[in-house]
Amino acid sequence: MLRFGRVLNLSRNVVPFVEVNSRGLATAPQVARKGEEVEKATSEAKESQSFTMNLFRGVMETAQVFPFPQVLNEDQKDTLKMFVDPTAKFFEEVNDPAKNDTLEAVEPQSLEGLWELGAFGLQVSQDLGGLGLNNTQYARLVEIVGAHDLGVGITLGAHQSIGFKGILLFGTPEQKAKYLPRVTTGKEFAAFCLTEPSSGSDAGSIRSRAVLSADGKHYILNGSKIWISNGGLAEIMTVFAQTPVLDEKTGKEHDKVTAFIVERSFGGVTSGPPEKKMGIKASNTAEVYYEDVKIPVENVLGGVGQGFKVAMNILNNGRFGMAACLAGTMRAVTRKAVDHATTRLQFGRRIDSFGTIQEKLARMSTLQYVTESMAYMISGNMDSGSTDFHLEAAISKVFASEAAWTVTDEAIQILGGMGFMKECGLERVMRDLRIFRIFEGTNDILRLFVALTGIQFAGAHLRELQKAFKNPAANLGLIFGEATKRAIRSVGLSSPPSLSQHVHPNLVPAAALAAKSIESFGQAVEATLLKYGRGVVEEQFVLNRLANAAIDTYTMAVVLSRATMALQSGLPSAHIQELMTKVWCSEASGRVAENLGAIRSSQTLENFSNLSAIAKNVCENGGLIHINPLNF
Amino acid sequence: MARVLVGVKRVIDYAVKIRVKPDKTGVVTDGVKHSMNPFDEIAVEEAVRLKEKKIAQEIVAVSCGPAQSQETLRTALAMGVDRGIHVEVSGPEYDTLQPIHVSKILAKLAQDEKADIVIVGKQAIDDDSNQTAQMTAALLDWPQATFASKIEKQNGELQVTREIDGGLETIKVKLPAVVSADLRLNEPRYATLPNIMKAKKKPIKKVSPKDLGVDTAARIEVLSVEDPPTRQAGVILPDVDQLIVKLKEGGHVQ
Repeated sequence: MLRFGRVLNLSRNVVPFVEVNSRGLATAPQVARKGEEVEKATSEAKESQSFTMNLFRGVMETAQVFPFPQVLNEDQKDTLKMFVDPTAKFFEEVNDPAKNDTLEAVEPQSLEGLWELGAFGLQVSQDLGGLGLNNTQYARLVEIVGAHDLGVGITLGAHQSIGFKGILLFGTPEQKAKYLPRVTTGKEFAAFCLTEPSSGSDAGSIRSRAVLSADGKHYILNGSKIWISNGGLAEIMTVFAQTPVLDEKTGKEHDKVTAFIVERSFGGVTSGPPEKKMGIKASNTAEVYYEDVKIPVENVLGGVGQGFKVAMNILNNGRFGMAACLAGTMRAVTRKAVDHATTRLQFGRRIDSFGTIQEKLARMSTLQYVTESMAYMISGNMDSGSTDFHLEAAISKVFASEAAWTVTDEAIQILGGMGFMKECGLERVMRDLRIFRIFEGTNDILRLFVALTGIQFAGAHLRELQKAFKNPAANLGLIFGEATKRAIRSVGLSSPPSLSQHVHPNLVPAAALAAKSIESFGQAVEATLLKYGRGVVEEQFVLNRLANAAIDTYTMAVVLSRATMALQSGLPSAHIQELMTKVWCSEASGRVAENLGAIRSSQTLENFSNLSAIAKNVCENGGLIHINPLNF
Repeated sequence: MARVLVGVKRVIDYAVKIRVKPDKTGVVTDGVKHSMNPFDEIAVEEAVRLKEKKIAQEIVAVSCGPAQSQETLRTALAMGVDRGIHVEVSGPEYDTLQPIHVSKILAKLAQDEKADIVIVGKQAIDDDSNQTAQMTAALLDWPQATFASKIEKQNGELQVTREIDGGLETIKVKLPAVVSADLRLNEPRYATLPNIMKAKKKPIKKVSPKDLGVDTAARIEVLSVEDPPTRQAGVILPDVDQLIVKLKEGGHVQ
């Protein structure tokens, strides 16, 4: 009982932190904000369809993972097939990524071609000027964009994946009818304006402020935004600003974030010159300033004070697209590496005959396979109406951006000096890719988001259990179930939850590794909660390892599902998919064991505190403390 | 204003590496990417431009082939063609379908549809026959303007610039007429995604050769299809002297 008491305290305290912290991320799901809302959120342990969420309590929730979602009907497939060729042709024949990079802008005829092509309004309904694509169809097309030009990808994504996505998700019928035709057939650019000079990862700290006018007809917006993609081009902007909101309970006024649809033509909107950047140079990035901008009250998006929820949902809804886009990038750069490896002769042999190159190419292929599978699994979940995909979407963004970096780096390595040359085109991709680990929620913040949201969920469930002990008679089933689970664990009779019924017979051993990871995960989370209590929120060394283990475990399930689908439908590539899945599960489960072991190993914990001490000293010193061995 | 009939053929995509079937009865088509014959794309583009210049009022595309030929028709519709006619020919009958059959089908449809201009690509990139335009004109007893690189309408007639060996020939043909498109006639547009969506609503009529009174029974039998002989590997010689020796040996120089 003592143990449970501690868990109870912990979960009560974890939630507010997650809330505060997640406000900072531009990534959190809808976390309840104040007082009673928080209490409500914690007192009821919510059920979730999310694989990752349930992973944190050691429960195998397969509803969204097995079987691999297949959401397109014949008509949607036919339409999509017809879209693929012209889109690819446009990028092969009209758009010139090297030129866009040099110009630091998308060439005008290319931009015009993209509007004509319909690429700026993929998910807007047809009656409002778009193509009405679902997320899976969208994924297939942005894959093509990612294969050719990430600068154009950002121009397109800043417009529709975040720029006007808020109107699609939260707009009133009037807002949709007014603005969606303008951002599709009207050829007006959109932008998502959240980040400010003093507010990056901590998005809740924005200072832009909009105050209701005396006549109650307008909000007057003042503030400035930085690093806004399409900021110099956009006519229609989704802008986030603090607005004073009266708390009916306390009678006090306090600021809450509200989203607005702002037109440049409202007056008082100006933008700075295009920023000079490391990559995605073709896309416009600029500061945007708002000075006494009069926004009609009907342009509030998603309700006054609901801005944070609006921002989070927009970002959550867009992340799978990044994974799809980068899956395309990886496919393209791998092709370049293969072209080179299969023609380059050294030491009298084609270099693809050397193990060193083979390992690189196989890993590149596997990383792409994992990313691509995740993108389509999440888009499929979303198209099936799931709302429990936030952690998976965050994982897909983290994984895709890191995988694409590794794959492109290795492609350059395979090409050697040629890869380093500008003409080869890979250096541009490498520069373009760097931002993907930073924007739309840095990977570091997203890892904490995954770990803390999962822990919060597990904590709430543990609290349910604690409550059950208060009224054992009414909750025998729950207690008995948990007691059995713990008893089995303690006497070492553990038979982990099984995935074997979901996978092709060839993959049963690989599935067993994944199942083992799921079980260990639940135990590790519980032990972490017991050990750190409320303090877990400050244990970022630990949280990052939990996040990495979650990423590895989710990706195992994803590829097991896709390879099973391939084997069952007898695809020509099924055998290779099986091999990649086997390798992935073997290595990922090893990493899971290592990461989960690390957070309980005294050796690693000592490393953590040493690392912390090193960093602290370096910071106090304003740089490295050691001089070179010569000591001058 | 004129009605234009355009022939579009579904062929193996130009970028695909062609593989001969092991039994040498033909080339592998299963699971291979197909597209519209590039010369037919030029023909479609020209028809659409005639409509944009208000010379044509309606464009009808025709494709003879298996069910998948409808995809090719859809592409034509997305490029701006108004409606499609799919003449379904499949299986072994399609394997031996010859330009003469297609010409008879086009001639019949040109009459049925009251077409004023028939435009086809000068040849298909799969069998390179280069016969359909000529035979269609003959069957209809219409004038023909083949290998067109420029088409203008003047006083109810077409003035067509033709690419001939070593130069250009400009001819005038009275309407109705048959035109075949050469490579430099235009640069075809790619279908935009909104137009592909709109094309889904455009009608495609399905008919059989029998409906048109055309007998497509095989007159020929394919005995063997073979890969071109592989080229022999070259040799790298250390210097010019060696090169001259080799050239003399081969009888290339004296």
